[in-house]
Amino acid sequence: MTITEAPHATRRLSTSMAMVEAISQEMERDPSVFYMGEDVGKYGGIFGSTTGLLDKFGPERIIDTPISETAFIGLGTGAAVEGMRPIVEVMFTDFMGVCLDQIYNHMAKIHFESGGNVKVPMVLTMAAGGGYSDGAQHSQCLWGTFAHLPGMKVVVPSNPADAKGLMTSAIRDDNPVVYIFHKGIMGLAWMAKNRRAIDEVPDGEYTVPIGEARVAREGGDVTLVTLSLSVHHALDVAEKLAPEGIDVEVLDLRSLVPLDREAILASVGKTGRLVVVDEDYLSFGVSGEVVATVTDQDPGMLRVPVQRVAVPDVPIPYAHDLEYAVLPRHDRIEQAIRTATSR
Amino acid sequence: MTTEAASSASIPQQARGRAAPLDPAVRVKLYETMALSRAFEEAILSEYHADKGPGFDIGKGLIPGEMHLSAGQEPVAAGFCAHLTADDAVTATHRPHHFAIAHGVDLRKMAAEIYGRETGLGRGRGGHMHLFDPETHFSCSGIIAEGYPPALGQAFAFMRRGTDRIAVAVTGEGAANQGGFHESLNLAALWKLPVVFVVEDNDWGISVPRTASTSISSNADRAAAYGIPGERVENDVEAVYDAAGRAVARARAGQGPSLIEVHTLRLWGHFEGDAQGYRPELSEVSEHDPIPRYEQLLRNDGLLDDEKVAEIKRLVDTAVGDAIDFAKSSPVPDPTSATSHVFA
Repeated sequence: MTITEAPHATRRLSTSMAMVEAISQEMERDPSVFYMGEDVGKYGGIFGSTTGLLDKFGPERIIDTPISETAFIGLGTGAAVEGMRPIVEVMFTDFMGVCLDQIYNHMAKIHFESGGNVKVPMVLTMAAGGGYSDGAQHSQCLWGTFAHLPGMKVVVPSNPADAKGLMTSAIRDDNPVVYIFHKGIMGLAWMAKNRRAIDEVPDGEYTVPIGEARVAREGGDVTLVTLSLSVHHALDVAEKLAPEGIDVEVLDLRSLVPLDREAILASVGKTGRLVVVDEDYLSFGVSGEVVATVTDQDPGMLRVPVQRVAVPDVPIPYAHDLEYAVLPRHDRIEQAIRTATSR
Repeated sequence: MTTEAASSASIPQQARGRAAPLDPAVRVKLYETMALSRAFEEAILSEYHADKGPGFDIGKGLIPGEMHLSAGQEPVAAGFCAHLTADDAVTATHRPHHFAIAHGVDLRKMAAEIYGRETGLGRGRGGHMHLFDPETHFSCSGIIAEGYPPALGQAFAFMRRGTDRIAVAVTGEGAANQGGFHESLNLAALWKLPVVFVVEDNDWGISVPRTASTSISSNADRAAAYGIPGERVENDVEAVYDAAGRAVARARAGQGPSLIEVHTLRLWGHFEGDAQGYRPELSEVSEHDPIPRYEQLLRNDGLLDDEKVAEIKRLVDTAVGDAIDFAKSSPVPDPTSATSHVFA
């Protein structure tokens, strides 16, 4: 984590609480910031993204919307054009289908189409990911789709401290930032959580720069590039394999746009082996882009073929055993690391 | 409300349901705005077709690409924008020039954008369907109905800052069948946003007549579904001006949005190169041109004569000529800068 301002003491917070703390601090600091979306008021966000904010800031700034994503995302864009700093929540990434035009044709393109004369300082938050049998329309990640479309930054935190610092950066950024939080990192009481979903978080204001990956675990044998919840699965597997002498370096991308290609190259340059783990779909996506980052630079950096662990090109199944068969869970990650390090 | 557009030129102003005559200066200004807009579109029409041959190659020439010209729809823009200042926002459609001109977008920068020049509103990145002018809070969208939602946000920002600024959101009759249209009306009505929704019904969604796309005869009726005023007027600039005045006053007073549909006229094709073979009334279209009709009305009322008309024509032609000269003499963007301005 890059701390740009001296932090104060740390406390243990869940990722959702850390994210809320960043929003709260920025709303206190800047009256042009407001948060808008479905069930973000009294409910506090279905995945805890706004818990407690209504009581603190009132319904003028923590705004429940109708189920009209096209209208309220466009509203956010228009308000941002006029100098406000909206944070707009789409409840699930899967719902992008009902409002994508406002996202990729308007929010993301206005700055470019205006030749740089109009700015759109807006944050678009959304929950992603599966693992709890919510089926094919409520379990997708889709961050690769947003990253593919030009004009929006894409932030994908994995842990509480980064979630706070990246949210602060996103709110202060003069560009549209899509902030995607995996439900499994939030530390929700009603969903299985990874053991790092509650962790130390500095209590002051600080930023984590968008576009800088983080080495979550140093290692010399193989580079594992991943993001969001999969970072934790990767760390779990790395710890398990360490006693066998397999030393895994885990790189947490933290953002997809901009992508920290230098960090990928630096790590692969050191290990010569690459595993990419992504909970998004396999083809035409993040994992391919990470591999291309290396092969565009120098295919000779790779001493062995790359292993990609992602969702095979299939909708996310409902039944638990079927879903876990397609998600990049510990078993598939371990197998990929063993294959990559076997020669 | 004028129900018979064809008759408007022959009925004295006082007899057309107006309590007090419209200020003569406003009437002449409405005419001048329409004349400027028409002069611009005629110049672009000529320039656009000047170098598309042999045959017609849409990607060729100094002005390449699709070109949707607004001739015939000038009363809508002139009538609404007469109530606005540069502090108010306008979001227009893929056919945006008349609204941009009526709202006071810099003619030179607009022409330069249409010619794809570095001096254009978007430094040549936008084109004629994507004009953005922060100075007049003007923008447009090439996607049907999708210009409405951003207008909500501009209105929201104006309201939150305690101003009486408003946003005018424009779309065509085809957009009334899109989800974004209805989401926007509901949200604006619910939050009493200072927005005026405008529907330009030019009877045609490219080649599909309104009767084949829309289940009701007036999209203004849809306002009732959202508990807001709805009004449909014909392509008479003073009727538009009156309806716009009511809607703008309501928005400025914090009473929320209105929906005004103008039954307007697409004098030319959907885009240039459209032969309009689908249009049975094609030979009669020019008879309904609203500008000569309004000119005759103002002549009858003693506000225009040959000399004044010639003076206005000279002024608008000079302004348009200057804008096009500026555009054509401006540098084209450096190809090595094609990837700039993606992020701030």
